[in-house]
Amino acid sequence: MSGEGVSGCIPFKGVDMNQRAAMDEHRSVVPFWRNERVLKVLAQIVFVILVLAVGAWALTNYLERGLKFSYSFLDEEASFDLAEGIEFSPTDPYARAFLVGVLNTARVAAIGIVLATLVGLVTGIARLSKNWLVSKIAGVYIEIIRNIPLLVQLFLLYFAVIMKLPQIKEAFVLPGPVYISNRGIVLPWPRVAASFGLWWPFLVVALIGAVALLIIRGRSLKHTGRPSFNLLWVVTPLVAVPVLGWLLIPGNPLLLDLPEMVTKSGGVLKVEGGTALSSEFTALLLGLVVYTGAYIAEVVRAGILSVPRGQTEAARAQGFTNRQILSLIVLPQALRVIIPPLISQYLNLTKNSSLAIAIGFLDLYAVSQTMWNQSGRVVEVFFMIMASYLTMSLTISFVMNIVNRRMQIVER
Amino acid sequence: MQKEKLETAEDIIICQNVHKWFGNFHVLQGVNITVKRGEVVVVCGPSGSGKSTFIRTINRLEEHQRGNIIVDGIELTNDLRNIHAIQREIGMVFQQFNLFPHLKVIDNITLAPIWVRRWSKEKAVQVAMELLERVGIPEQANKYPGQLSGGQQQRLAIARALAMQPKIMLFDEPTSALDPEMIKEVLDVMVELARSGITMIVITHEMGFAKEVANRIFFFADGYFVEHNTTEEFFINPREERTKSFLSQILTH
Repeated sequence: MSGEGVSGCIPFKGVDMNQRAAMDEHRSVVPFWRNERVLKVLAQIVFVILVLAVGAWALTNYLERGLKFSYSFLDEEASFDLAEGIEFSPTDPYARAFLVGVLNTARVAAIGIVLATLVGLVTGIARLSKNWLVSKIAGVYIEIIRNIPLLVQLFLLYFAVIMKLPQIKEAFVLPGPVYISNRGIVLPWPRVAASFGLWWPFLVVALIGAVALLIIRGRSLKHTGRPSFNLLWVVTPLVAVPVLGWLLIPGNPLLLDLPEMVTKSGGVLKVEGGTALSSEFTALLLGLVVYTGAYIAEVVRAGILSVPRGQTEAARAQGFTNRQILSLIVLPQALRVIIPPLISQYLNLTKNSSLAIAIGFLDLYAVSQTMWNQSGRVVEVFFMIMASYLTMSLTISFVMNIVNRRMQIVER
Repeated sequence: MQKEKLETAEDIIICQNVHKWFGNFHVLQGVNITVKRGEVVVVCGPSGSGKSTFIRTINRLEEHQRGNIIVDGIELTNDLRNIHAIQREIGMVFQQFNLFPHLKVIDNITLAPIWVRRWSKEKAVQVAMELLERVGIPEQANKYPGQLSGGQQQRLAIARALAMQPKIMLFDEPTSALDPEMIKEVLDVMVELARSGITMIVITHEMGFAKEVANRIFFFADGYFVEHNTTEEFFINPREERTKSFLSQILTH
């Protein structure tokens, strides 16, 4: 399979052996600065030398300053506090502080990716709607959001929207109750109770049962049922078994932890219980979702437009409804075009979360900044930051590339 | 009562004075045609004359703006129920096949019966296999459309349209995108279909096919049917100048 072979053959067609030998000879005396093969190798050698030189230069700079490279500080007491994420106290080591930052970034990125995908999918489809108003609204949203820097949007969201929410004593209370104030959002959240240990086996049984039924039904589907019938068979045990377990065991395995407004000593108001989304987290998540959603919408639109019109027409001629056309015929084909640029958007969202520092959300980068200020270990910490982002990005790429391959193989 | 009478009527497609504009361009300028149940009608005419647009109005891929279209007693209006009812009666085969590339051959055929007709998968697969036998490619059932030759793809497209058990089949230049050696295998399937008694409207320049199975030939030019006649008469005694010059162009070689 070489183009080289083909282009090498054609000129030799109908040429006798003597001439051929002469041509070979001629070929061998090409000066090295015009020899393609030599030049390719040379380019690589030059590149390696450049990389090594830059590396050596950085290393000498580092050594000249008499710095020593060591991660021993990670075990030392951090002696600063972190208000966001998993439990942390100033007596915990630096390593734990870094973990808090990593988990905060991972949380905002994971939730952000899911929500941005939904926003993008809906907006992308909406932009192609035949309904003038729907498509214009989607278009205006995309154009405004794409054309303003994310940093500006985060400032706006945080200082002009979230911070202007009512103070805690006048917090909005939505049914639930959900408390919304300038300190963030507090939602009801399930909490594990003492009898949970008796209940979780039911969950496991339900899950295994559902998967087993899915497989069995999938096989018998060939002989009998309609495709939509399938879901009911799976959902029923998934719901029925845990409910049965709930009724059988003493006490409730899960309690809904309802937030509640309480007055502390000195008349300080506080919302306790439930789960709290800090105002910084809310602003960052919202900002990332709205911003990335606009880009994903364009990716989705491009994907849908890449499916030939004939596909929709053939489907319409067969009597499919518009929704069926979208989900059975257009989207499965559009996904092949959508997924590769979608991966980039996921990576962008993850890396853009480092703008959190602008609004004081304690993400990986913000925590790291505090760490190097306190410990003086700038280089070490920077390596940790780079390694962490790299790990997250490569994980996303890895997973999405598997999804991509599954989508692409189908054609032929 | 009224509906009953119309359904048993002899004429399955009635178009009266159908007009359509693309912006300022007047594509269909008063199309009239009546097709009888079981009739095979061939439509020919110069390219760009609007004949494709016309047959696409019959199953509502294009909307007509004036005139009446009545298919099997159902009037084609903005009523979605009527549109869907008519689309269920009509199968269509396109010039570019328009197969679903992400689905296997067998799934291309069963998709609509399962999701639109709500058949069981077993029944749909059984019918699909019968259709693949009929068009002569049963051994391709588990391949993807991209792995088939052009002729096989178009035969699959015919099988896919037949799976919905339509009363009418529309063919929009079914052999124009095919290599010459593949045209015959598609035409053979269409000839067999024509003899089975289904109503067919076929846009084609394959005059051999027309002579073999068409009951009538319609000549379409400048947005309307210039003339029509029985197959024998059409070639021997064309009445209009427009038709004569067209025939002389396509029959010279």
